[in-house]
Amino acid sequence: MNNSQDSKEYFGFIVKQAGIHTLIQDLGRFGYHAIGLTNGGPLDYQAFYWANSLCQNPANSSALEITLGGLELTAISATKIAVTGATVALFINNQAKALWRSHTINSGDIIRLGFAKRGMRAYLAVVGGFQIPKSFGSSATVCRESIGGLQGKALINNDFLPIKTLSAKVEVDFSLPEKYRPIYMNEVVLRTIVGYQYQHFSRLAQQLFFSSEFTVSEHCDRMGYRLANDNIKSHISADIDGVLSEGICHGAIQIPADGQPIVLLNDRQTIGGYPKVGAVIALDTNKLAQLGQGAKVYFEEISMEDAHNANLLAQQQFKCTTLQTC
Amino acid sequence: MSSITIKIAGENALIIYFAEQENSEVAAQIYQAQQLIRENCTNELVDLIPSYASVLVIFDSFKCDHLQLKNKLYTCLNAIPIGNIIAGRLVELPAYYGIECAPDLAALAKRAGLSIKEVVNIHQNQEYRVYAIGFAPGFAYLGDVDSRIATPRLATPRMKVPKGAIAIADRQTAVYPSISPGGWNLIGLCPTAMFTPEKEPIMPISVGDRVKFCAINQPEFIALGGEL
Repeated sequence: MNNSQDSKEYFGFIVKQAGIHTLIQDLGRFGYHAIGLTNGGPLDYQAFYWANSLCQNPANSSALEITLGGLELTAISATKIAVTGATVALFINNQAKALWRSHTINSGDIIRLGFAKRGMRAYLAVVGGFQIPKSFGSSATVCRESIGGLQGKALINNDFLPIKTLSAKVEVDFSLPEKYRPIYMNEVVLRTIVGYQYQHFSRLAQQLFFSSEFTVSEHCDRMGYRLANDNIKSHISADIDGVLSEGICHGAIQIPADGQPIVLLNDRQTIGGYPKVGAVIALDTNKLAQLGQGAKVYFEEISMEDAHNANLLAQQQFKCTTLQTC
Repeated sequence: MSSITIKIAGENALIIYFAEQENSEVAAQIYQAQQLIRENCTNELVDLIPSYASVLVIFDSFKCDHLQLKNKLYTCLNAIPIGNIIAGRLVELPAYYGIECAPDLAALAKRAGLSIKEVVNIHQNQEYRVYAIGFAPGFAYLGDVDSRIATPRLATPRMKVPKGAIAIADRQTAVYPSISPGGWNLIGLCPTAMFTPEKEPIMPISVGDRVKFCAINQPEFIALGGEL
């Protein structure tokens, strides 16, 4: 194992197959933008939230963000796990198991994830959360910064993932009722707050932006999603080439001179100088981050007040949802 | 005060614009505004990003709405004392302008109608101020670049810029502290580590400092720990 000498003294999992891109994440790193640190944290915080919730964990517990799948873990102690998010096949000791519910794990069990059929990111939480040291207040892995997680990197084979020992054996498992589970589509509407340099885009550019279909390009990752529409790209650039570099918020939509919008996500740069039309609300960046190359995206304007209402509603829904016991 | 405006950036972010252009006085105002906001908005503040002529304020939209926050920010801005300019330390950064690690230097010189040597001299003769740190851990924005060698960003950003790359975008210059995507024009390499989380100080420079680049040759670059 990479990060412990004797697994028998530890509780946790050994990574047998790290998968395409698997990262330790908590809710993210806040308060360090002034020295240039970005947020990190789960790209789809709703799926992340439910994974922890199914394990009866506090919302900020460390869990795995699994992009595309392919992960295999061996348990070296008893615990419970839950997998949510993208539709992936889940096997425990070669037996197919359901997502969106918790499962009992015994020492020696092998947990294996297939590859995503719908959506891009699955989340695997464990009771008590993965026990990962925090750097700058968070365990969130930001590979570009080499900060958080295990040595600032994505999981690699033979990593050891420490967990808490179960204080008492819990018989009951939980599942999220089906009606509350998101359905990952291949087409998403991104509600957008107009702001920043919006007035530097012509009326034509504004109208084209909000009435055109964009395609997710191959450049889509935790920093941001680059979108494309070759028919309108020459018409949607701003009347300025750039601005004095300024702070970039989560979801900000920058439009470089090539006219291809980039929606900036959790691992975005904190400062930049491309003109921006505004920012996508986080409820919808969750959906964006579940899209892969070739998926369709539309933008729709939303006011600050309506966005606030949508967030309050979503928060209430989180609070009022009762997990089923099983 | 009259020129300061507050605009919406996103669902939980407002941006304060202090001026059209950066200068020492604006830098001092921003420094003070930052302190005042941190002291007076502890409950609703999530994070702050100070920059050249703006501060992005990220807030908890479950604790206050953008109109309430805007009022509080105006109160903070009104409390900024006038005419207090802070002078920073002078820090020298070694710079290797070798053409093999400066992929945009020739094009930049051609565009400016100058020789490569002239571009290098202009770049290293200027004293820059650290206006902001951001974009990546330890990425310091330095200004102002002499207008003769000011060059716009690349139309399509590079997917990978090497660690230590010295770059120009418009009238800004910087050293990339780690490998990252970026749209600036690359004119050399700096062997000094710009961001070391495990060491104190984490960065060799901070906002408000003054920076000068000093040309070194390839053996000196290697001796200082630079990698080609």
